[in-house]
Amino acid sequence: MSSGETSGGSGVGGNVSSEARVAPIWKEKAVIANHRKRIFFDNVAGVLAFACVFAVLVPLADMVFMFAYRGIQLLSIESLTTITIGSSSFVSGGLANAIVGTFLLIALAAAVTIPLGLIGGIYMAEFSNDGRLSEALRFAADVLAGNSSIVLGYVGYLVFVLYFGWGYSAAAGALTLSILMFPYVFRTTELALRKVPQSIREAAIALGSTKSTMVNRLVVRFAMPGILTGILLAVGIGLSETAPLLYTASFSNYIPTGALTHQPVGYLTYVVYVYSQLPSSGAHDLAYLASFLLITMVLTINVVARLGLRRFSKV
Amino acid sequence: MGDRAYKVVSALLGSSAFIFLFLILGVLLIFSYPSLIVNGIGFFTRVTWNPNISGSVTVIHGIRAMSNASYGMLVFFLGTLLSSGLALLIAVPISLGIAVFLTEVAPRRVSFGLSFFVELLAGIPSIVFGFWGFLVLGPFLKVYIEPGMATYLSFIPYFRGPVLSYGLPASGVILALMIVPIIASISRDAMSQTPLELKEAAMALGTTRWETTRRVVLPYARTAILGSVVLGLGRALGETMAVAMVSQSAVNLLPTNFYYPINSLAAFMAQTLDSAFTDPTSMEVYALVELALVLLAITTTVNIIARLMVRQGFISSAEHVVQV
Repeated sequence: MSSGETSGGSGVGGNVSSEARVAPIWKEKAVIANHRKRIFFDNVAGVLAFACVFAVLVPLADMVFMFAYRGIQLLSIESLTTITIGSSSFVSGGLANAIVGTFLLIALAAAVTIPLGLIGGIYMAEFSNDGRLSEALRFAADVLAGNSSIVLGYVGYLVFVLYFGWGYSAAAGALTLSILMFPYVFRTTELALRKVPQSIREAAIALGSTKSTMVNRLVVRFAMPGILTGILLAVGIGLSETAPLLYTASFSNYIPTGALTHQPVGYLTYVVYVYSQLPSSGAHDLAYLASFLLITMVLTINVVARLGLRRFSKV
Repeated sequence: MGDRAYKVVSALLGSSAFIFLFLILGVLLIFSYPSLIVNGIGFFTRVTWNPNISGSVTVIHGIRAMSNASYGMLVFFLGTLLSSGLALLIAVPISLGIAVFLTEVAPRRVSFGLSFFVELLAGIPSIVFGFWGFLVLGPFLKVYIEPGMATYLSFIPYFRGPVLSYGLPASGVILALMIVPIIASISRDAMSQTPLELKEAAMALGTTRWETTRRVVLPYARTAILGSVVLGLGRALGETMAVAMVSQSAVNLLPTNFYYPINSLAAFMAQTLDSAFTDPTSMEVYALVELALVLLAITTTVNIIARLMVRQGFISSAEHVVQV
C-alpha cells in the first residue's frame, strides 16, 4: 500500500536549494493528517469487510453445531431403523420411513431428470446453432430455476394428484421434484460441455469420427466431472426441498412398499416442518434428528461436488 | 445412432424446459380461472381471507362459491414485499463486504477457504434455516434486539413498540442469510475479473486499497452486482418454508409496526392448501392457485429484469448455485 510517504523523504528534499526553508509538502501537517485519515479509512474498511464474513459464518456455525449436538445425542441404530409412531399429540419411534421415502423420491426424480437434463444439455452445447431457440430454452430453464418451489408443488398437486388421479404418492412427488431439479442438470451440463476445448472435437472429426461418436465417447467423458457436479448439486437441492412435496407426496408413517401411486410417502423435511411445531418432546427429537441428517447429507454432497470432483477435472 | 437422429432426440429432450414452463403456466391459468372471475380485481386490494365454509353456496357469474366468502392477497403481498425488502437491506451490504474481503483483503488461501464456507450456507435446506430461525434467531431478536430498537428508534412511528413477535424481523434476517451466498458469490466473481491494469493504475496514483476498491473495482463490477441483487430478491420473494416457520403467520391483519406478525404469498400457500380442501365449492383452492399465479408472475418478472441487467452470460439463477 501507499505507506512510507511520511517517513523517508529527507534525502531527496535536502539537496534542493538552500533558500527553500519551507517544509516539503509531504511533511505539512494537513497532508500528513489527510494521509493518516485515508489509511485509517482503509483499515476500517478492511475490518468491516471481515465483520461481514463473520456475520455470516457465526449463524452457519451455530446452526451446524446446534443440530450436530442434538442430533448425535439422538442418533442410534434404533432411531434410524424403526418407523415413526403416532402423528399429532404423541409421536415416538424412529425415522426409517422418512429416510427410505427420501431416498425413493430422490432416486425416482433423478431417474427422470438426469436423462432429460443431460441429453438436453448436450443439445445446447453440441447441436444447437446458438440461435433464438437455444436462447429461449436457456431463458425457460432460468425461469424454472427462479420459480418458487411451492408454486411447483401446487402444479404437481393439480396435475398428478388430482387430474391424473394418482393421489398422494411417490410418483406425484418424484415427478414434481424432477421438474424442480431439471434446470440445474440442464444448465450445468451445457456449461461443462462448453468448457471442453474445441481442439478435442476437431481431433475426433479429423480422425473420421461421426459427431455422435465424438460427443458420446470424447466430449461427454472430458466434461464428466462438471456434469457430475451439476447432478450432485441438483440432488442436494431436491433433498432439501419441502414445499413441492407437501401436497404431492404428503406423508406416511410406513416404509414405502414400492407402489408408485395411491400411497403417500414420508420424507425428512416434512418431519422438520411439522414435528417441530407439535407439542410433544418425542416429535421435537425427531425434528432435531431429521435436521441433523439433512444437514449432514446436504453438506457432504456439497463438499464432494465442490472439492472432490474438481480433482478429477481433466479440462 | 445417426447424427441427425441424435440432434432431433436431444432437441426434443431439451425442449422439456418449454414443456415444464407451459405446463406450469397452463395449469395455473386453468385452475385459477374461477377465482379470477369471482374475485375480480378486489383480490389484489382486499385484506380479508375468509373462505366462510359454514355459509351457504351461491352462484356468482355462473360459478359456485360460498356466499360472503372474501379472498384478498394484500396481507401476504405486503408481507412478501416487506420481508424481501428487509432481507435486501441486510444482505446487500453484508454480501458486498464479503465479496470485498474475499477479493481485495484476504490472502488467496484464506479467501478460497472462506468462500467455500460462505457457499456451504447456500446448500443448507431452507426448512433447516426455518427451524433454526424458530429456535434461535427469532427468540434472540425478540429478547435482545427488538426491545432496543423499539426504545431507541421510537421517534419513528413505524419502529415504536409494542414488540409483538419476531415475525417480520426474523423473516427478513433469515431471508438475508439465505440470499447472501447468491449475491456474494456472483459479486466476488465479477469483482475478481477487474483488469489488473486498472487496479495497478489506481494504486500507482497513490490510492489506498479501499479507494481502489471503491473507485475502480466496485464500478467495474456494478452491473453484475446489481444483477446478483435482483436474483437474490427473486429468491427471497419466492422462499417458502423458512418464512412459513418464522413469520408467525398473520392472516387478515395488516402490519402496523415493525414487530408485527407477517405472512408471505409462498408461506401462506404452503400452510393453507390442506384446509382449503374442506371448501365444498373448491373456491379456496382456486383462490390459492391465483396466489400461485401472482407469485409466478412476480418471480418471473424479477428474473427477467435480472437477465436484462446482466447480459454477460456468466450469471443465471441456475448457474449461481454451481459456480464455485
